[in-house]
Amino acid sequence: MQSKPRFLSILDTVTAILFVVAVAMVFFYAPLERTMGQVQKVFYFHVATAWVGMLGFMVAAVVGVLYLTKNDRKYDIAGLAAIEISLVFFFIAIILGSIWARPVWNTWWTWDPRLTTATIVELIYAAYMMLRQGIEDPDRRARFGAVYAILGFISVPLTFISIRLLRTIHPVVIGNSDPSAEGSFSMTGPMKTTFFYSLFVFSVLFVDLFWHRIRMGKLAAKVEELRLKVSS
Amino acid sequence: MKNNSQPANFFRALWAVVWKDLSAEWRSRELLTAMLVFALLVILIFNFALELDARARASVTSGVLWVTFAFAGTLGLNRSMAAEKDRGCLDGLLLTPVDRSAIYFGKAIGNLIFMFVVEVIVLPIYSVLYNINLFRPGLLLVIVLGSIGYVAVGTLLSTMAVQARTRDILLPILLFPLVVPVMIAAVKASGGFLQGLPWDEISIWINLLIVYDVIFVAVAFMFFDYVVEE
Amino acid sequence: MITVRKLVKRFGPKTVLRGLDFDVESGEFVALLGPNGAGKTTFLRILASLSRPVMGEVRIAGYHLPAQASAVRRRLGVVSHLPLLYGDLTAEENLRFYGRMYAVPDLDTRIAEVLEVVGLSPRRRDLVRTFSRGMQQRLAIGRAVLHDPDVMLFDEPHTGLDQDACVMLDTVLREVAARGRTVVMTSHDLARAADLASRFDVLSRGKIVASVHRDEMGTTDRLLAFYRQAVGKREA
Repeated sequence: MQSKPRFLSILDTVTAILFVVAVAMVFFYAPLERTMGQVQKVFYFHVATAWVGMLGFMVAAVVGVLYLTKNDRKYDIAGLAAIEISLVFFFIAIILGSIWARPVWNTWWTWDPRLTTATIVELIYAAYMMLRQGIEDPDRRARFGAVYAILGFISVPLTFISIRLLRTIHPVVIGNSDPSAEGSFSMTGPMKTTFFYSLFVFSVLFVDLFWHRIRMGKLAAKVEELRLKVSS
Repeated sequence: MKNNSQPANFFRALWAVVWKDLSAEWRSRELLTAMLVFALLVILIFNFALELDARARASVTSGVLWVTFAFAGTLGLNRSMAAEKDRGCLDGLLLTPVDRSAIYFGKAIGNLIFMFVVEVIVLPIYSVLYNINLFRPGLLLVIVLGSIGYVAVGTLLSTMAVQARTRDILLPILLFPLVVPVMIAAVKASGGFLQGLPWDEISIWINLLIVYDVIFVAVAFMFFDYVVEE
Repeated sequence: MITVRKLVKRFGPKTVLRGLDFDVESGEFVALLGPNGAGKTTFLRILASLSRPVMGEVRIAGYHLPAQASAVRRRLGVVSHLPLLYGDLTAEENLRFYGRMYAVPDLDTRIAEVLEVVGLSPRRRDLVRTFSRGMQQRLAIGRAVLHDPDVMLFDEPHTGLDQDACVMLDTVLREVAARGRTVVMTSHDLARAADLASRFDVLSRGKIVASVHRDEMGTTDRLLAFYRQAVGKREA
């Protein structure tokens, strides 16, 4: 097996540096929000982690389509990698959201559309993991995983639309803002910079982790292969 | 797999699958009995859990109904697919020179009929037990639309679940998070009709249900090949 | 009738068939022998169009798999160790269902004919659930010949049958094969295979390692010796 690619090592370092800068920006560069104070700073990473989560689920759906058409195992490894990473990031996003909601909405949890959708999304991809665990044949596991990843990704926006039609109190920070939503605020220049920088850093972090996880998946496949060779 | 059989063959095969499921069920009545008894038990448990008094009833009936249908539905979907796995029949189906989508639609229509039978029996029983008239054209429309979306995904997922080691417990876990949009729209629309809301307020949910049905049927039909072919 | 070239099949990291070549002439009855895990069932599932090969060419009756699967399926009858029948339907209803799927013409007459061949006419209105294994297996053969296929595949048809049932099954198998059909049967029971087949191929470690005709063999003992040698050669 090839050793760790040099570019990956460089990417690790760059990601780490970018991340430290992001933390510094959140605490020292971005100004304090007027009404919410310190807790508003959670927002930068909250949105960034949620973004990475959705990005991974999208990647999983895309490689799912690729797997079904090309029937190449590397797409299966990539699909699993993306979903594993996204499950973790999405969970962090939900937790960060709760931390923010406690002082602002005065509750840890509320059945707001985005929160509810986020929870259902987590459940969909948890089901994906359970589906994979229940199937021994690697080809069938890959096929079913791909189908379910695509189905899940199609269902998410439908779920969101449905719940959205019920009622929302989640602030819309980007795009047309509903001023009545509790906890909404408009971003000043440095806030915007910090916000978009965080999105960028987490995207890089996702790429870095994704790469590592794919390498791990390939190594695991290799180990499996060698074990079969030894035992036969 | 490309379809090189004529449309006449497609429909003959589709109805052969439906006919086969219905006659087998007519014999044993295992699936329908299980679904029905289970549905009634769920309603009974709700009675204790929610204290379904006259006031609460109006607002929660639609929710209770759809939870009941969803639970009974998984039972039916599981059983219907397990019958295909029992004596290797799924292989038998796949060996026939029939387009895979004919098999999918055959199974889905069979499942849908079972679901309708259960619903048609549950509705009057619920009406009598809780003294509320559920036979309203609007509500029936919602039940038809909601069941179609539910069964469309359910048939696909039960085909996957039955091929897994953890088959019985897997189906609800796979199915419920995916059909959330159908469930929300169905519950809201049913609730709207039961509370006598004007059509304007209900129509959006009906439209959504139709959109979901189209999407879910199309997607399930597209992916069925990948779920049965090796 | 059947041509297979350089067939490769993998399950994940595991390679089951490694460049298998296989030819069957029209009207031959080939017994596919081999130890457990040699890839017999996998190979038969590929011939039956139930599984897709990773590489290689498969042609049955002039049609390619998997591209022309539908045409192949129409000419193929498969009997596996599972009967592929519905327990809650009667023998007749099972055949009627499969007949409709294969679009068999003049179905009622054909069903009566087939039930006669497999000796189940008296029990045609009984539920398959109530049948013994042997009877289920015979009905399975009826199911497989219903659409008058040119090629028949038997995957360990004797599994789980007692001696009497085996003998009865053999009678039916022989009758089915006698009608000019091409047959491929997997088996690990050499004596049974020796009775039925006209050619014996040994599959070991994903390849056909030896092949011999019935006239060259004579007795079962010699077949056994041949089989041992063929398998042992690869194992060593």
